[in-house]
Amino acid sequence: MIGVFLGTLAAAAAIGAAWGRRRGGAIAVHGLSLGAMLGFGAMAIVRLLADAPAATASLPIGLPWIQMHLRLDGLAALFLLVVAVGGALASLYGLGHDRPGATHGHAPPAGRGGPGARGVDAAPAAGSDPVPRLLPFFPAFLAAMVLVLLADDAFAFLVSWEAMSLLSWLLVLANHRQAGQEAEVRRAALVYLAMAAFGTTCLLLAFGLMVAGTTTIGPEGETGLANYGFDAIRSAPPSALVTGLAGVLVLVGCGSKAGLAPLHVWLPLAHPAAPSHVSALMSGAMTKVAVYGLVRILFDLIDGIPGAPMALPWGLAATLMLAGGLTAVLGVLHAVLQRDLKKLLAYSTIENIGVIAVGLGLAIAFRAAKLPDAAALALTAALFHALNHALFKTLLFLAAGAILDATGQRDLERLGGLIHRMPVTAAAALVGCGAIAALPPLNGFASEWLLFRSVIGGIALPEPLLKMLIPAVGALLALAAALAAAAMVKAFGSAFLGRARSPAAAAAQDPGPAVVAAIAIPAAACVALGVVPALALRLVAPVATAVTGGSPAALAPLVDPWLLATPSTAAASGYGGLAVAALLLGLAAAITVALRRSGNTALRRAPTWDCGFPNAAPPYPGAPAQYSAASIAQPLRRVLATLPMRARESVDMPEPGERRAAKIETSLVDPAWSLLFGRIERAVERLTALFDPLRALSIRHYLSMTFATAVAMLLYVVLTRWQG
Amino acid sequence: MTAAILWQALHVALMLAIAPLLAGVARTVRARLLGRRGPPLLQPYRDLRRLLQKEAIVADTASPLLRAAPTVVLAAIAAAAALVPSFTTEMALRPTADIIAVIGLLGVGRFALALAGLDAGTSFGGIGTSREIMIAVVAEPAMLLVVFTWALLVGTTSLPAISEFGLSGAAGVRVSLALALVALVIVALAENARIPVDNPATHLELTMVHEAMVLEYAGRHLALIEAAAMLKLAVYLALIAALFAPWGMAPPSGAAGGGSAGSIGIGIAAFAGKMVVGAALLSLFETSIAKMRVFRVPEFLGVALLLGLLAMILLYMTKGF
Repeated sequence: MIGVFLGTLAAAAAIGAAWGRRRGGAIAVHGLSLGAMLGFGAMAIVRLLADAPAATASLPIGLPWIQMHLRLDGLAALFLLVVAVGGALASLYGLGHDRPGATHGHAPPAGRGGPGARGVDAAPAAGSDPVPRLLPFFPAFLAAMVLVLLADDAFAFLVSWEAMSLLSWLLVLANHRQAGQEAEVRRAALVYLAMAAFGTTCLLLAFGLMVAGTTTIGPEGETGLANYGFDAIRSAPPSALVTGLAGVLVLVGCGSKAGLAPLHVWLPLAHPAAPSHVSALMSGAMTKVAVYGLVRILFDLIDGIPGAPMALPWGLAATLMLAGGLTAVLGVLHAVLQRDLKKLLAYSTIENIGVIAVGLGLAIAFRAAKLPDAAALALTAALFHALNHALFKTLLFLAAGAILDATGQRDLERLGGLIHRMPVTAAAALVGCGAIAALPPLNGFASEWLLFRSVIGGIALPEPLLKMLIPAVGALLALAAALAAAAMVKAFGSAFLGRARSPAAAAAQDPGPAVVAAIAIPAAACVALGVVPALALRLVAPVATAVTGGSPAALAPLVDPWLLATPSTAAASGYGGLAVAALLLGLAAAITVALRRSGNTALRRAPTWDCGFPNAAPPYPGAPAQYSAASIAQPLRRVLATLPMRARESVDMPEPGERRAAKIETSLVDPAWSLLFGRIERAVERLTALFDPLRALSIRHYLSMTFATAVAMLLYVVLTRWQG
Repeated sequence: MTAAILWQALHVALMLAIAPLLAGVARTVRARLLGRRGPPLLQPYRDLRRLLQKEAIVADTASPLLRAAPTVVLAAIAAAAALVPSFTTEMALRPTADIIAVIGLLGVGRFALALAGLDAGTSFGGIGTSREIMIAVVAEPAMLLVVFTWALLVGTTSLPAISEFGLSGAAGVRVSLALALVALVIVALAENARIPVDNPATHLELTMVHEAMVLEYAGRHLALIEAAAMLKLAVYLALIAALFAPWGMAPPSGAAGGGSAGSIGIGIAAFAGKMVVGAALLSLFETSIAKMRVFRVPEFLGVALLLGLLAMILLYMTKGF
C-alpha cells in the first residue's frame, strides 16, 4: 500500500516535470497528490484504530548490505495523518488555484495589477501566479515528508529529512524572480538553506553517536560494522554521556526545523515567501515532522537507559520547557506586531511549536520521575495540539492565499472590509482565528486545556529546580495564549473587518469551489474536534500511552465523548465540549427569541460618526479615519516589546508651514538576531577577514605550507607511536 | 438529577436577575459616598427596558458580525455564569463547571466584542479594541495563575470541587491564597472596566476603553451589551465568592444537612448577601482611588500577574503556604 501511494506521488512529480507548463499538468499533479494523501490518511486512521502491530517494509536501495527500512507504527501513523491532512488540503487548494480562471478570472481587472494596486502600494505585495516549474517539487516534497515518518533506519531518516529540506527550499525560491521581492525571497532562501544544513548536520552527528554502540554481522561474517537500523539503536543504548550529547544535538537539529527559539529566525522569512499552499504545508505539516523527529528520537530511540543518571532527562526536560515557553511568547509577540498577514501566521506557528515543546518537556520529566500516566497526559496534550495546529494553521494560510489571489495583497494595511466581499473565506477564517486563540468550544481550547492540566500536575515532580521552573513556564503559556487572542483580533479585524484600505481590497471576491472546500473542511474539523475532542483523542491518546508506557486504564477519561477529563481527577469533572457548545447555542437562541418577542425589531442604517474626517468616495472609502493594523497593536508594542525587542518609534513632524507629510517609523529587533546570530555573523566576517590574506599567496608559500603540514603530521605519528 | 436541573435553572435565573441590581447597588453606594442621592436602585432594569424598546441603528459600513456580536457576548457570559456555583455546588452542569472553561467563555465574549469594535471601521472602535486587548493580554494570564494556584491546592480545576474544599475548611488561611485574592480582585476591576482602569461613566476619548469599543451600538444591541457587562460583574463577584468565600453555600449531599431545602434557602440568602456586599465594597474602593493613565494600567495588572506567579511558586515549594 505504501508503495502504491509513493508511486502515485512519483508519477505526479514526473507529470509535473514533463507537462507542467500545459493546462492539464497542474490539475494532474495536484489531483494525484490529493489522491495519494487521502490514501495515506486512510491508511493512518486504519492503523490507529485497529491497533495492529507495526507494519514493516524494506526497499533495496540505500547503503550496501543495508536496505532502506520502512516501518509504520502508531507514532508514525499519527504524524502520517497530520501530514496527509495538510497535504490533501494543500493539494485541493492547488487544484482550484492553479486552474486558469478558477480564482484569477473572478477578480476584476481594477482589483489586480492595476497601476494603483501595485505602483502606489510599495508594501509587501505579492502576486501568486502559478509557477509551472514548481510542480514536480510539490509531490516530491510530500513524499519526502512521508518517508521521514516511515523511515526505520538512520540512513533513510537522514536522506528523507535532507530531501524534505532541499525540496521545500526550492519551493521557497518559487517567487525569486517576482518584481519587487527578489531580494526578500533570496535572503529568506539563503537563511533557510544555512539553517537547514546546520540542523541536518546536528542530526547526522546525533545519529553517528547513537549508532556507535551498535554492531552487526555483515554478509561475509565480518563484525564491527555499524548498524543504522532503529532496532539496533533501541537495543544497544549508548552510555549516558553519549546519550546526553546526542539528546542536545537532536534538540538543536529538530528544534531548528520546528522553529524553536533561538533557532526560529529562518521560519518567518521562509514560510511566507513560498506560494500560499506551500506555506500552509511548511507551517502545518513540516514543523510537525520536526516534532515527530523529537518524539521519535527522545522518547523511542535514546530514552529509557537503565542506569542513566536522572540529571540527563531532567536537564533535557528543563531545556525543552524553557525553550518552549520562551518560544511561545517571543513568537506570538512578533505575530502581534507584524503587518504582513503571512508573516503574522508564520510567527504564530513558532508560538504553537513552543506550546508543543512545553508538552514534550513535561512528558520527558514525568517519564523520568516514573509517572507514566502523567507523562502520557502531557504527551497527549502536545500531540493533540500538533494535530490541531496542523488544521487551523493550514486553514489560515490557505485563507491568506485566497486573499492574496483576490487582492494581490498580504499587507494588512492594504486590506480591510473583506468580510463584505469574501463572506465564505471570512467565516472559515473566523473559526480558525478563534481556534488559534484557544476559545471554547473550538479545538485549540481543548488541547490548551489538557496542557494546562499537565502543567498543574507538575507539582508531583520531585526535582526542586524543575518545580521552580514549571510555574514560570505555566505563566509564559498563559501569556502566550492571551497574546495569541490579541494577534488574531488584529489579523482578522484588519483583514476582514472595517473598510477597504486599497482599491484591490474593495474589489475582492470569494475564491472558487475547490479553494472554498480547502478552507471550509478544516474549519469544520476545528469545530468538530473542539466539541467532541474524543474524536481526535481516540487516535492520539493510545499512541501517547504506548510511547510513554502509561496504563491503558488512564486512557478512559481522555476518550470519553461527553467529558474531557484527566486521569488524576478523582470526581468526574472536566471540560465538556458538547455541553459548553450546547449551552452557548441554546443561550444564543434564547436571546434571539427573547429579542424577537419583547424587543423593538426595527433596524436603521446610518452613516457612522467620522470624527470630522469625511470619507472619500468609493471604491476606496476607508482610509482617513479608520484605525490601522499598526495602531491596533501599538499599545502592546509599547508595553511588551520595548524591552525585549527594542521596539522604538520615531515621529517626524513637519514644522507648521512645511508641506511634507508627517511620518512615524517603528523599528523592532529580534533578540535572537541581536544576541546570537548577529554575533555569529560578525565573528564569521572577522575570521574571514583574518584568513583572507591566505587566498593570495604565491606558489612558494603554498608549497612550503603543505610541506610544513606534512612534517607536523609525521611528527605527530612518530611521537604517538614512540610513546605507545 | 431533577433537583440538580432545578437548582441549575434557579441559579441561572438568579444570576440574570441579580446582575442589574448589583449595578444599581454599586451606583447608589457610590452616589451616597460622593454626597449625592443617586438614581433609584432599580434604575438599571429600567435602562435595559428602555434600550430594548428603542430602534437599533447600525453603521452603514458594518457587517453582520456587528449585529451578531451582542448576542454572542451575552450568550458567552451567561454560559460562564451558568458554570460558576452560587448557592449550591450540585447543579446539572457540575461535571463541566471547569474554571479554565469559565475563563475561556469570558474570552469568547471579549474576542467577539473586540472584533465588533473594529467592524464599523471607525477610530473610536479601534481605540477601544486596541486598549481592550492590551488589558486582556495581562489580565487573562493573571487570572489563569490564580486558577493554577487553586488547582495546585485542591488538585482539580473543577469549580464546585474547589468550593467544597473551601466549605470543608481545608483551605485555611494561607499566604498563597491571600496573594491570589488580591490578584483576582485586580483582574476583576480591569475586566469590568471599573476605576482605576476604566470609567464606565466617561465618554472622554483619552480615557475610555470599553465605552469606545461599543460606541457604535444603539437600541436592543446596546441593551444586550449593557446586560452582558452587568452579568460579567456578577460573574466575577460570584467567582470571588465561590473561590474565597464559599461560606453559606448549601453543603454537598454527603455532608450533614446537605441537599435539604432549608440549606438551599440559606445558600440563596447568603449568596445574595455576599453579592450585594461585594458590589458595595467595589464602590467604596472606586471612590477612594483615582483613575489611572491608560499606560499605567499594564503596570497595575502586572502586579496581579506577579502576585499570581508568586502564589503559584509558593505552593510548588510547599503546600504549607
